[in-house]
Amino acid sequence: MIGRRRWWFVSLLAVLALVAAACGSDSSDEDSADTAEATADSDEESEAEDAEQSDRTQDDAPAGDAVEGGTLVIGSTQVPRTLNGLVQSGIATALPGAQLFASPLIFDADFNPQPYLAESWELADDGLSLTLNLVEGATFHDGMPITSEDVAFSVLAAQANHPFKTMFAPVTSVDTPDPQTAVINLSQPHPAILLAMSPPLLPVFPKHIYDDGQELPSHPRNTADVVGSGPFKLVDYDAATVTRLEANEDFFLGRPTLDEIIIQIFPDENTMVLSLEAGEIQMAALASSTNINRLQGTDGLVVTDQGHHGLGALNWLEFNTADEVLSDPQVRQAIAHAIDRDFITDSLHAGIFGAAPSPIAPSSPFFDSSIETYDLNLEKAAELLTAAGHEGGEGISLEIDYIPGPDEIQKNVAEYIVQALDEIGIDASLRASPDFPTWAERISTGEFDMTMNNVWNWGDPVIGVHRSYLSTNRVGVIFTNNTGYENAEVDAILDKAGQATDTTERTELYAEFQQIVGDELPIYWLNNTTFWQAYPDNLTNPPIGVWGTMSPMHELGFSE
Amino acid sequence: MKAVGIRLAQALVLVLAVIVLNFLLIQITPGDPAIVIAGQSGAGDPELLARIRADYGLDRPLPVQLGSYLGRVLRGDLGESFFFNESVTSLIWARMGPTLLLVGTALAFAVIGGTLIGTFTARRPESTLSHGVTILSLVGYSMPVFWTGIMLIILFASVWKVLPVSGMHDITYDGNIFGEALDVAEHLVLPALSLGLIYLAQYSRLSRASMLEVLQSDYIRTARAKGLSERVVVFKHALRNGVIPVVTIAGLQFGALLSGALLVEIVFNWPGLGRLAFESILRRDTPVLLGILLISSLLVIAANVLTDFAYRLIDPRIRIGGSVNG
Repeated sequence: MIGRRRWWFVSLLAVLALVAAACGSDSSDEDSADTAEATADSDEESEAEDAEQSDRTQDDAPAGDAVEGGTLVIGSTQVPRTLNGLVQSGIATALPGAQLFASPLIFDADFNPQPYLAESWELADDGLSLTLNLVEGATFHDGMPITSEDVAFSVLAAQANHPFKTMFAPVTSVDTPDPQTAVINLSQPHPAILLAMSPPLLPVFPKHIYDDGQELPSHPRNTADVVGSGPFKLVDYDAATVTRLEANEDFFLGRPTLDEIIIQIFPDENTMVLSLEAGEIQMAALASSTNINRLQGTDGLVVTDQGHHGLGALNWLEFNTADEVLSDPQVRQAIAHAIDRDFITDSLHAGIFGAAPSPIAPSSPFFDSSIETYDLNLEKAAELLTAAGHEGGEGISLEIDYIPGPDEIQKNVAEYIVQALDEIGIDASLRASPDFPTWAERISTGEFDMTMNNVWNWGDPVIGVHRSYLSTNRVGVIFTNNTGYENAEVDAILDKAGQATDTTERTELYAEFQQIVGDELPIYWLNNTTFWQAYPDNLTNPPIGVWGTMSPMHELGFSE
Repeated sequence: MKAVGIRLAQALVLVLAVIVLNFLLIQITPGDPAIVIAGQSGAGDPELLARIRADYGLDRPLPVQLGSYLGRVLRGDLGESFFFNESVTSLIWARMGPTLLLVGTALAFAVIGGTLIGTFTARRPESTLSHGVTILSLVGYSMPVFWTGIMLIILFASVWKVLPVSGMHDITYDGNIFGEALDVAEHLVLPALSLGLIYLAQYSRLSRASMLEVLQSDYIRTARAKGLSERVVVFKHALRNGVIPVVTIAGLQFGALLSGALLVEIVFNWPGLGRLAFESILRRDTPVLLGILLISSLLVIAANVLTDFAYRLIDPRIRIGGSVNG
């Protein structure tokens, strides 16, 4: 593609030079003839290439094993502020982070832990310790061996610096009886401790580099001269534009199949999609249903919702329960009954993102499908309003906030809700925020009526769900309990579920939790906003595990 | 010489005012940068936020922050980015080149192209071609720059795949310097066209009007009476005076061109100051934003000074201290 385009560009320059040279003369007819000839040549080439591409597409699956070598260019709209996943959550850091740093465990598509740096592990019967037996021979990019000391340093650094405070809160210490054994001691059983060992949550950092007395969040080697433990090494990091990685020849699981991975950042998803279509990038995670629909059916491209389901990204409408009107659950339920969730998923999101009627994502094993879904029922909504003392919506005037950014996920839904509430007599209006900090301050300080929000489960409810409902987590910070919801029973259930290690017991506890909050409705959950992926159909071992592109890509390659 | 000194002193006061005003305007907007620093996807806690505010000096009184900032700017230190954990100077320096390349190319395209079109149509103002150019200028002037960009991408990079969609160069390219230069030139075409088209339309209208007036002047009639060729009359004698309004407007509009570059850089994923400004605005990265505003104002001031010099090159009457009106 590049070669043909380059040929075209040189031709164009030549034609321009001819035009310039002939300026003032009457030779325009000749120029036109040249141009027409050039166009005809290019059309032939284009058709030939289209035919070739069409033939490729007919082979649905890549044939045979991946060929060693090649460069994978991944497009992303997420800008990393650091490559250090011990101090920063999110896909922007975790995508390059999972390539630069190995973790003790990885997880398959069914949330089952698999060996990675830890060749085996053992959770104590009382749930108060996790023993990791590290593989021998694994080294950092500078050749130093990866030992239990590095695991201990990483766990304690994440505990001190990572924004997910519940993730390592129960950790009391990490013992290192020998270089290959790390024992993580816990103050209480911690059901998410295994998941917390996975690439986006616990990258293993070299203690000899990063434990040098400097503050870890602002450590200069978070973005330059990075010494990692993963399958790829950092070659170049240019903030907000490109991260370039090359294969780590000494990776303990063998040399990665690809020579190079380049992550190119795009400020606009539309441009990224056009670049994907033009073949300038090969792979991307997509969040816009319009773009996902556009790309589906593109020759040579697989567009799938597989992968990233561990994130459990939920789109919801949350209520300020401290508000005089919204403190009444009947008003909140009336609002829910006035909203047509199917319209949101089928029309606004073009059927791409499914419904998510619960605080726990449908992709989670703890999702309770029997939760009240508050289907569209305007009569019921009117009855509930009357029962709450607001017949015909009398006296209710509410503002809806939303996260500023691409309109599709948040603003468009908020606009629809304004109109939906008008149907039951509620006077609702939108309140825009110029940027994320403004919105975050309004919501975290309780200066709002209702807001759209997008919050992620992060694999286990302990990490991503508890924070929004625990009454003890009303701490004035965004993405905590910003609704002001308070229910002692819910607190007790979550506390118990956060210490239970038996999956059946946890499932029951979370079902009980979902029934209670589903009834009291501090938040009306609308739909999931799972990232989709697009990649070439000759890509082998694509990242379709629970963490999607936040997984190590050492086995990825091209089959031809 | 004295005039130049006064001009420089005025520019310095202006820059100082810009720094203070920008600083205050950004401070009075609601929102806490500490929340962004803590991580948009994370929960964070009050202790973490307090620590961040202390680390970045966000918890100090506003006058103290302003005084500290002014002191650092005078020492040439624009501070550290809240978001990118990198010095603002290095961030801006890395992106200055791509923006100047884009803006310079678009400006050259608009000024040269617009002047030539205007001159050509002024020679035969009632011809069909002249009217056609006038209509095209109106269309060009009416098209928002981001829309033009997207249309050009769809046409030349998606439907008719002759130019790249985005970026400043092919990031997988590994070749010689000539190849790299050609690669950059190839990537530059669509963004420069998008940014320059609207100004091309303006300058063609402006130079057409100006040339129409100049071509009616007595000295042009004299030149023709002397038997000079039409090409010499137009391009040597008339154009020098005809182009002065274009140069004036181009200098004044340099700031607007920089603003347009912001949109173009986003649409084309061009790694310049505009994209950096966009990322910084979204994340309330105050030091970077202030740095970009400062550099932009310096560039605009420099552009105006260069415009003054351009007058002197174009019109000898200004160079020797006279005025255009004699």
